[in-house]
Amino acid sequence: MGEGVDERIAELEEMARLCRIDIVKMTNAAGAGHPGGSLSAIDCMVALYGTTLRFDTNNPRWEDRDRFIMSKGHASPAMYAILHQIGILDEHDLMGFRTLGSVCQGHVDMNWTEGVDFSAGSLGMGLSFGLGCALSARMDSSERSIWVMLGDGETQEGQIWEAVMAANYHNVSNLRVIVDRNRIQNDDFMDVQMEIGDIGEKFASFGWDVREVDGHDMAALVKVFNWADSSNDSPVAIIANTTKGKGVSFMEDNPSFHGKAPNSQELVIALEELS
Amino acid sequence: MSSPSNGGASREGYGKALLRLAEDPRVVVLEADLGKSTKSCYFREQFPDRTISVGIAEQNMMLVAAGMASSGKIPFASTFAIFTERAFEQVRNGIARPGLPVHICGSHGGIHTGSDGSSAQSIEDLSVYRTIPKMTVIHPCDDVSAEELTVQLLGLEGPSYMRTARNKVPRMYDDESKLGLRIGAGSVLIEGNDVAIIACGVMVERAREAAFILSQEGIEGTVVDMHTIKPLDRELLARLSDQCGCFVSVEDHSIIGGLGGALSEWLSTNNPLPLEMVGVRDRFGESGESSDLMKEIGLTLEAICEAARNSVNRKNAA
Repeated sequence: MGEGVDERIAELEEMARLCRIDIVKMTNAAGAGHPGGSLSAIDCMVALYGTTLRFDTNNPRWEDRDRFIMSKGHASPAMYAILHQIGILDEHDLMGFRTLGSVCQGHVDMNWTEGVDFSAGSLGMGLSFGLGCALSARMDSSERSIWVMLGDGETQEGQIWEAVMAANYHNVSNLRVIVDRNRIQNDDFMDVQMEIGDIGEKFASFGWDVREVDGHDMAALVKVFNWADSSNDSPVAIIANTTKGKGVSFMEDNPSFHGKAPNSQELVIALEELS
Repeated sequence: MSSPSNGGASREGYGKALLRLAEDPRVVVLEADLGKSTKSCYFREQFPDRTISVGIAEQNMMLVAAGMASSGKIPFASTFAIFTERAFEQVRNGIARPGLPVHICGSHGGIHTGSDGSSAQSIEDLSVYRTIPKMTVIHPCDDVSAEELTVQLLGLEGPSYMRTARNKVPRMYDDESKLGLRIGAGSVLIEGNDVAIIACGVMVERAREAAFILSQEGIEGTVVDMHTIKPLDRELLARLSDQCGCFVSVEDHSIIGGLGGALSEWLSTNNPLPLEMVGVRDRFGESGESSDLMKEIGLTLEAICEAARNSVNRKNAA
């Protein structure tokens, strides 16, 4: 049993490695995009899609699917890499990232891409959207869970806290948030720009059930997501401590790769490191 | 058209319409602590399980509504017109861009709102929402038409913004004439061949009164309740271009970008005929009794009559 679990974790780690390759390749091809926050979030997303999230690749609009709301919509390469791995997008789609007519828009868009549940791009809106999905699921007596991926910089937006307050007030226990705590935002490190402090404590003070996890430890992520998915008492926030640019040495903890694509020389190095 | 005597505020019509819409289980209502003012409270009283209070948090309200719409609901979200503007980008990016059927109602719009003062008097809402792709923009003139047009929103595929007014005005419609109301089709209240007076909201009643006065002077005006600002009823405007040859726009809203702006865009690119505008002339309001304020801002019967005479004179001079 333990061995089977270890094998599954190894499979997920391999899937994350392939996603990272997609992320650096598609941002390089586009000459633009946000690799740093995609690489920090990708392990969480692989753990989620690989274990607890209920979806049907043959019917991406299945009404009772779980929802995944990519609120930090600039990390679209991570979303597209996942959709590639689960068979909704192909290599050609990914290489069209950010070009005219491509299904891979600059920021994730539910009208352009099958498997995308939210049109993001403007920070601070996804948690409210997820709350609307969660309230609807409850009205419909549906078992579907709503997962929202937030950036830590994104929590500087006031609307996040409007939604945090309302989710607790409405007691939506089917809403689960992942905060990609990579400590870097567009211009610089958060503690230079606007440090928010203990995000988990803030969620907890609004009545949320909070867990902290190493956002690159696949086994720990699977465990905490399984726990969250069975939690029925209150909305859940998982603070995933991550490294921006994780997996590519020169991007790690480097604010300049928030919104800059690797050039061709950098791509070669990145692919070597990920091979 | 009959001349109903008792007045009604368009926000009352919105509230009553929600009750009629309730039979569709997809309909849900969202409030931001102003349900008693927008009249969504009628729905809350009868359907608390389908009413979501978000507190004083308009940005959150817009995206919660969007999330519900993405899950198959048809949300009706209301607050004051001015506070919907606080969440303008949420409406733009979160609702309209994905084309979700969320119906926003902004009550207490315009100078007519009165003594709360300029912070509450939205005079730009019709303009800003009209610029958003896929948005239907509606401003009914009384409670009867507000109720009828709100019920019709259920048939729209995309999002909408409706402005309602706080105060009662004389009714322009009755149970029979309301049956002719259609979103996207201006309602002709009076036919005349000299000038087309195109009005919306609380100013429709003033426009109709102005037509009676003008008629005594020998100017026969057509009066249109252009309750739908977007999409604009171009067919009607084309007909009135031939029939009247000159126009007046009348709105409790800035002359920049609202009904007058929409008419101006259509006329200048299709049929460049004289247009005179009655509206708020690039200024904020202030506190005051509604009737005093309307005079102060220039939203009067006299202003409409003067604009009509000027428009006719320009046509005749051409």
